[in-house]
Amino acid sequence: MDLSKATFQGYKRENGRVGVRNHVIILPVDDLSNAAAEAVAHNIKGAMAIPHPYGRLQFGADLELHFRTLIGTGSNPNVAAVVVIGIEDGWTKLIVDGIAKTGKPVVGFGIEQHGDHDTILRASKVAKEYVQWASELQRETRPLKDLWVSTKCGESDTTSGCGANPTVGNAFDKLYPHGTTLVFGETTELTGGEHLVAARCRTDEVRKKFQFMFDRYQDVINRHKTSDLSDSQPTKGNILGGLTTIEEKALGNIQKIGRKCLIDGVLDKAEEPTGPGLWFMDSSSAAAEMVTLCAASGYVVHLFPTGQGNVIGNPILPVIKICANPRTVRTMSEHVDVDVSGLLRREMSPDDAGDKLLDCMFRTANGRLTAAEALGHREFVLTRLYESA
Amino acid sequence: MIHFVVHDEHDSVGVVVVEGVKAGQDLAGWIMDQNKDLKIKALNDIPIGHKLAIRELKDKDTVIKYGVDIGRTVAAIKLGEHAHVHNIKTKRW
Repeated sequence: MDLSKATFQGYKRENGRVGVRNHVIILPVDDLSNAAAEAVAHNIKGAMAIPHPYGRLQFGADLELHFRTLIGTGSNPNVAAVVVIGIEDGWTKLIVDGIAKTGKPVVGFGIEQHGDHDTILRASKVAKEYVQWASELQRETRPLKDLWVSTKCGESDTTSGCGANPTVGNAFDKLYPHGTTLVFGETTELTGGEHLVAARCRTDEVRKKFQFMFDRYQDVINRHKTSDLSDSQPTKGNILGGLTTIEEKALGNIQKIGRKCLIDGVLDKAEEPTGPGLWFMDSSSAAAEMVTLCAASGYVVHLFPTGQGNVIGNPILPVIKICANPRTVRTMSEHVDVDVSGLLRREMSPDDAGDKLLDCMFRTANGRLTAAEALGHREFVLTRLYESA
Repeated sequence: MIHFVVHDEHDSVGVVVVEGVKAGQDLAGWIMDQNKDLKIKALNDIPIGHKLAIRELKDKDTVIKYGVDIGRTVAAIKLGEHAHVHNIKTKRW
C-alpha cells in the first residue's frame, strides 16, 4: 500500500491536534462524582460519562499519574469538549485548568455546598450547549502524519505471535516512514525479549531510559511476587491458548513493532510524546489499563491484536481487533474487525495482512465504528502505583 | 493444508494452527522465515495454538522459538510430542 499521499478525515482541534471521534465527555475527578456525571450523561443525549473508582486520598507519584491520566483523557483530540465534576473545587479546578491548555471548551463543577441535584442541573445545561456545538463541527482532510496510532495486544496465544502481531508490525513498518506518532508498551511483557527492544532503540540515551523503565518494573515484580508469575504472566487464557512461558509471550508481543522502525523515545505512563516516531511507554500489560494510558497520552486510534479473544474497548479511543486464530474468528466474530487467519493457512502474505489492517484503520479513522464501539465496550481503567493514604 | 507453523528453522517447537489434531496423525508444517515444508507425526492430541516438538529435546534443554531462548525443558520431549507448561518452564522470575 502506497501511503505517501494518504489522508484521513479528522476533526482539527484548537491546539492543532487531530481527532477521529467527536465526543463530549462528563469526566468525574473521583469515585464520589460518578453518580452526578452519569446523571448528566443520562439527561443530555450525545454526552458520555466516564466513571472510574479512584481519586480520593491518593498522593505523590500515584496522584500525579491520576491527574495526568484524567487531564490527558480530556485533552485527547477525540474529545470535543469536557464537563468535569468533582466532590470539591480544588482538584476539580486542577483538572479543568490542565484540559483548558488545549483551548477546547471545558468547565468544572464541585459538588460540596451544592449537592448532586444542583450540580447535575448546572452541569447538564453546559453539557447541552457543548453537545449542540460539537454536533456542527465538520471533519476535514488531514495528512497521515496527523494520525497518532497506539498498539497493545491481549488474550494472546501462539497465533498472536505468528499472525495478528506481525500484522500490526507490518502496518507499523509502513506507517513509520510517513511521520506518524506510534506507541507500544507492556513493560513486563517484554521479559525475555528486552535485549531485542534495547537493540532497536535509536540512541544510547533512549536505550538507557528504556532499560531504566524495564528494570524499575522488574523491581516491582520481584518485590511483590509470591513464587514466580506463572499464574499471571502468561495468564490462564494465554496458557489455554498454548503460550508456555513469559519469554515466548514477550517474543510474540514484540512482533507488533515490526522489523524496521526504530524506537525514538521513551514515555512514562500517560506522558505525551513530543514528536513523531515510535515511542515506548512504560505501562502495565493489563489491556484496559494500557489502552486507557494510550488514550491519555493523546493517541486517537488503537490496533489491538488478540488470539483467544479479548473483548476490550475504550470510551474515547477506537480499538481495532485483529485476530489470526481461526477458532476465535469463528466463535467470537462480532468482536473481530480484521480477520487475518488466512496468514496461518498460507493464503495471505504478511504484506496483504498489513494492508488489510491499514485499510480498516483508515475506515475507522474516517468514522466507521469498531466492533468494540458498536458493542458498547468503554473500559476506562486507571493505573494505580500504590495504596491511598 | 498446513497443520502447524514454525517461525525459524532452528526452533525447537512449532505451533498447531488447526483444530482437532489427533495422536498418530501425520502433520504438514510450514517454516515461515525460510518458507520451507516439514512433516511430523503427532504423538498426542494437540489443541489449536499449542506446540509440538520438532526435534528431540532432553531434560533441562533450552527451548528455542523465533530463534530465541523461551525457557527450559523440565522433562525430555520427543519429536512430535505436545510441548507446554507440563514439560517447559520459564528461566525468569
